[in-house]
Amino acid sequence: MAFLTDRKRAVGLGASKTGTESFWRQTISAVALAILVPLFIFTFGCILGSSYEEVLAYYARPFPAIIAALTLVVSMVHFRHGMQVVIEDYVHGLAKKICIIAFTCIAYGLAATGLFAIARLAL
Amino acid sequence: MADVNRGNRPLSPHLTIYRKQYTSVTSILARLTGISLLGAVLLVVWWLLAAASGPDYFDCVNGLLTSWFGDLVLTAALWAVWYHFCSGLRHLYWDTGRGFELETAQKLAWGVIIGSVVLTVLTVIIL
Repeated sequence: MAFLTDRKRAVGLGASKTGTESFWRQTISAVALAILVPLFIFTFGCILGSSYEEVLAYYARPFPAIIAALTLVVSMVHFRHGMQVVIEDYVHGLAKKICIIAFTCIAYGLAATGLFAIARLAL
Repeated sequence: MADVNRGNRPLSPHLTIYRKQYTSVTSILARLTGISLLGAVLLVVWWLLAAASGPDYFDCVNGLLTSWFGDLVLTAALWAVWYHFCSGLRHLYWDTGRGFELETAQKLAWGVIIGSVVLTVLTVIIL
């Protein structure tokens, strides 16, 4: 034991048994969204309210469709992990687990539904 | 674990007791906007799904979202997304280890509030 450094003795002994992965994961998706969200606001904003034919033609183009799909997927992953942090702060016990599972289902469900719609519009 | 007697130690102040500060209020708003943006995503996905289902259903959903009430909800959602965006940029700046001085943090809080309003107004004007 005398040869172990203080750091080596501390590693793995945290209460959560994990490190900063979730924080880093949120940072990555946050940086991605910092770019995607403005692009999505303006691509979606300029077609909202147009006619059906215009919307079909618009989302048949690669750029708006890819931006919409990417924003949806990344934002739902970001939402799922952000929601988990909020839930872990305010809900405890079995309710916490149920809430986390429920919001995970909602997030991925919405992402899948949106992707289906975008794919159908684009192809 | 929950029923272990932990010695009745004092709790840290709860949200309802703690004095409000610019930094705490903007942080709470970041959470609230983040959670409520689920509603905005729901509307967008609904609209996309309607466009994918055919012209009749699209006209119905598109009409609803572009009515005065739809405009109101979407403008609120727009502010929420810009607010969360500005707040996120603030957090990314903090992540570099800068901006923690009290004065800087308060300025950043005001920056987030003003920035979100300015961006919302600009977006509404442009679109």
